[in-house]
Amino acid sequence: MAHFPKPAEGSWTQHYPGLGTGPISYRDSFDPHYWQQEIDSIFTKEWLCVGRVEQLSRVGSYFTKEFEWANRSLVIVKDQGETIRAFHNICRHRGNKLVWHDYPGEETSGYCRQFSCKYHAWRYALDGSLVFVQQEEEFFDLDKENLGLVSVACDVWEGFIFVNLDPQPSQTLTEALGDLATGLAGYPYGEMTQRYNVTSKINSNWKLFIDAFVEFYHAPILHQQQSTSEEGQKLAAVGFEGLHYELFSPHSMVSSWGGMAPPADPRMVKPMENFLRSGLFGPWDKPAVVDNNENLPPLVNPSGHRAWGIDSFLLWPNFMILIWETGWYLTYSYWPDSPNSHTFESSLYFVPPETSSQRVAQEYAFSVFKEFALQDANTLEATQSMIETGVVDTFVLNDQEVLCRHHHAAAREQVAAGRRPDSYPWMPAEVSA
Amino acid sequence: MSTPLALPEEFADLAQFEDWALETWRERYEKRLASTVEEMQALYDAITPRIEEILSYCDRHDLAALPDEVRNLMFLLFSLCEASLPVEIWRQPRVPDSGAADLTMVAEPRL
Repeated sequence: MAHFPKPAEGSWTQHYPGLGTGPISYRDSFDPHYWQQEIDSIFTKEWLCVGRVEQLSRVGSYFTKEFEWANRSLVIVKDQGETIRAFHNICRHRGNKLVWHDYPGEETSGYCRQFSCKYHAWRYALDGSLVFVQQEEEFFDLDKENLGLVSVACDVWEGFIFVNLDPQPSQTLTEALGDLATGLAGYPYGEMTQRYNVTSKINSNWKLFIDAFVEFYHAPILHQQQSTSEEGQKLAAVGFEGLHYELFSPHSMVSSWGGMAPPADPRMVKPMENFLRSGLFGPWDKPAVVDNNENLPPLVNPSGHRAWGIDSFLLWPNFMILIWETGWYLTYSYWPDSPNSHTFESSLYFVPPETSSQRVAQEYAFSVFKEFALQDANTLEATQSMIETGVVDTFVLNDQEVLCRHHHAAAREQVAAGRRPDSYPWMPAEVSA
Repeated sequence: MSTPLALPEEFADLAQFEDWALETWRERYEKRLASTVEEMQALYDAITPRIEEILSYCDRHDLAALPDEVRNLMFLLFSLCEASLPVEIWRQPRVPDSGAADLTMVAEPRL
């Protein structure tokens, strides 16, 4: 018995003909050849989110990004004109890594007036131009004009900084974001600058962690103990149903209920949650900037349900934005280190607290979030190791796992095309009819 | 004899938990993993009955300019956030089944 309405076709999955309902292979999550094809067809062709404009607070602020999976290191900087630019992190003289601190392989951030190479002190302005060569007269026919840093396509949407490793991206960032470019615009992301940023090395393919975060079918079971025992048993017995699923291929979203903030009955939650008025769903008291959710972006809370709790958007290929009813947001990135490992990166963004109580409520929300993330992360290693045995070759997905089915299919389509395809073989029924 | 942890006079007795007055999440998490549930229960039992009083005391100060003794009190509350999870849910220091999973804090708000 469904608690929330499904599309006329009877299921979210069948609402998208061509997506199929049969078992799927997970060979795409450990095959080394396929992984390399994903790098070549997806990760080096798509716009990838690397951070927020608030990380580059003034002219000369920079951070580096290590893309070992593509054998690339980038430096992202705010230049003299306050434009955010990205460059390959390599000195044009003899190829030394330009920006690093202590350990060449580790990411770093900071502030400078110019970039100066540690090796022979070649210097570059913030816009990448070569401005100083040590003992310049010793060189032969040096063309400084053409020895600036090698630039990388870089653009900003709603304060999120994206780069594209393709020297000539086939789409602009706005084109690539499609319906999400306007559908997620206007949320007060820029007011939510209180940031917790964590990373973790995960022994699973990058897609497996996306699987875990585009379905909530697992939540009442894997995380059962994180509720009070009575509430946990109740949630497990009921199971999970999404309020709404939607594909904006290759992007997608799931909307979920979550009436726990504040709970209808204080006995439903742990004592600390009542003490601090906070929990997994974040601090219970909404910040003023979200205007009591009266002006949400058009694609947020599409069902308009009164029990709405959270929307989770996958911005293809590896970036997620989660917007919570309680007035904060969360991002996830998944960087494909190898066929069976990835780096998971997450940031929690809150409106800066005005009081100590608000500060502690945010700290507690982070602490609880992290317990869930640790449970999820370790389960993935258990999944990865077993699918790699090949003992079972195909796996069944239910209707609440429609987005898992979709993003694996989208990756296959893109690998087959070698680039983002012009269209996908599944469309909403009303469009294809 | 070393100086006891600076705390507001009303809460001076919490100085016995000075090991928990830690500035970064990583330090607090490691302290949690290195503690027993009984030790964390003691912190929980000492703070939670007075938590409203402690929060309203802290709220009377400007968050951007907390005096040292209030900052220390806040660090104890942050540690309580960590320690309450083993106490209220897990009954063990680690998240069950979390194995080798770990998080690196790259950036966090500081007091």
